[in-house]
Amino acid sequence: MFRSWSLTMEAVIATPERVKRKSGAGVFLSPAVIILLIWSLIPLVLTLWYSFQNYNLVDPTLKGFAGFSNYVYLLTDPDFLYALLNTVLLVLGVLVISVGGGVLLAVLYDQDFFGRGIARVLVISPFFVMPTVSALLWKNLMLHPIYGVYSAFMRAIGLQPIDWLAHYPMQTVMMIVAWEWLPFAVLILLTAVQSLDHEQKEAARMDGAGPIARFRYIILPHLSRAITVVIMIETIYLLTVFAEISVTTSGGPGVASTNLAFLIYSRALLQFDIGGASAGGVIAIIIANIIAAFLVRAVARNLEA
Amino acid sequence: MARKTQLLPKIALGVVGWAVALWIFFPIFWMVLTGFKTEMDAISTPPHLIFHPTLQSYHDVFAQENYWHFTFNTVLMSVFATGGALLLGVPAAYSMAFFPGKRTRGTLLWMLSTRMLPPVGVLVPVYLIARSTHLLDTIIGLGIINLLTNLPIIVWMLYTFFKEVPVPILEAGRMDGANRWQEISVVLLPLALPGIASTALLSLILCWNEAFWSLNLTSSNAAPLASFIASFSSPEGLFFAKLSAASTLAVAPILVFGWFSQKQLVRGLTFGAVK
Repeated sequence: MFRSWSLTMEAVIATPERVKRKSGAGVFLSPAVIILLIWSLIPLVLTLWYSFQNYNLVDPTLKGFAGFSNYVYLLTDPDFLYALLNTVLLVLGVLVISVGGGVLLAVLYDQDFFGRGIARVLVISPFFVMPTVSALLWKNLMLHPIYGVYSAFMRAIGLQPIDWLAHYPMQTVMMIVAWEWLPFAVLILLTAVQSLDHEQKEAARMDGAGPIARFRYIILPHLSRAITVVIMIETIYLLTVFAEISVTTSGGPGVASTNLAFLIYSRALLQFDIGGASAGGVIAIIIANIIAAFLVRAVARNLEA
Repeated sequence: MARKTQLLPKIALGVVGWAVALWIFFPIFWMVLTGFKTEMDAISTPPHLIFHPTLQSYHDVFAQENYWHFTFNTVLMSVFATGGALLLGVPAAYSMAFFPGKRTRGTLLWMLSTRMLPPVGVLVPVYLIARSTHLLDTIIGLGIINLLTNLPIIVWMLYTFFKEVPVPILEAGRMDGANRWQEISVVLLPLALPGIASTALLSLILCWNEAFWSLNLTSSNAAPLASFIASFSSPEGLFFAKLSAASTLAVAPILVFGWFSQKQLVRGLTFGAVK
């Protein structure tokens, strides 16, 4: 199921073979393997099982095998398609912003300027802020239509303040999440840029390569591995963005900012529909794999080049 | 570099670099600032940059909000999860780094793949299991979940760091009659200590900031700081100064922690793909 992911990880981490020696150390490995096996299999099997059951916590009379009805109900629900679209948009949008911006900022903060060490620390700071705090921070202090700093700024330049979360809920959530993950990309990519051989850059400059050519032919190829790592780690987290939505919009207005994670949560813990929520869970797992496979193909090509 | 950098581009770069940095950092700065305002100052329009600082909001948070209870939960849960994951992860990484077999690479990749399982996909059974085992809303329950979700990443990082330890040193220890446990505890651990430290660091940060399971599996008893702050999303959130003070308190320890350890973090986070 996770084959495609595995392939990239192999491409990213080329493990040099060590001399094989007598093992017998399996006993050290097994506790971790067993506990992860339990963790990865039992909930998965249970989710699959529940997804074919009529199971609602508030209606004990409704019981028994449901066939595919939970899936049919979910897949024909417009809310579900909307949530699916939002999930994909959120992942792709934040990836584009954080990787694109991350590369540019990594190059910027590799340059020598006054106080660059402090500037770097400031830039990576949002990564350490917990999601619930950053969501509330943006919702109230920054974007509040009356008291927010951004609203005050818009009034100051003669514009009408916008209630961002009400009118552009998904874009605003995307922006908040990007604010959290751009610093992560900068942190990783900056380290990669710094590991680039200065001699090489210098040589290219001597040969008459302009800044853009140097960026395109020397820096960018050098960064491809680090970019792959950033995309993979971020995708893991972005597929399941939850707190930012729960705290700012609760998925609304309507389902305008509901992603799969939030939809399943509201089905399971707010509507007590265990069967339906489990069907959603199974679909989320399948989608995670499709997106992973899709991403990985693009990334793998980049790695070979 | 031997070449002298020209002054003008350097100043321009500095201006751009600082402008971007300040813009990105601004929300955090504003949060800290608002925490020292009165509620009236906090919602003044246009916002004041100059005001009489007060500790009233901090006082309120400590007095009314039981801040220490949530902090205690967070610290205990993070330490439990990180300690447990290291306890399981160190022997596993040792075994894979120094006794690689045919299935080692497959095992590593499989471990990481368990991390890619979306938590929402298994929310329902985990919730129901936690409920029936009375682990719902307990520090142990949340700690176990964090342990499990972080274990793959921890094993990977430890594996990467252990690979850098020269094998002959371990062999020398074995020649001197060290058994497996001594080999790990006396020889390997001191050598790999920086790597283990950065692994533990990342795990602590991930636990501290984890929100999904915290919001879904805890309510009042074992709620960590992430859930505490989320409770401000109710209309209570309109107390901007109090919200800011509470948020600052929730974020500050891990933020300062992160500032001082960013280099070690990168080393671990990239699984050795970036030198």
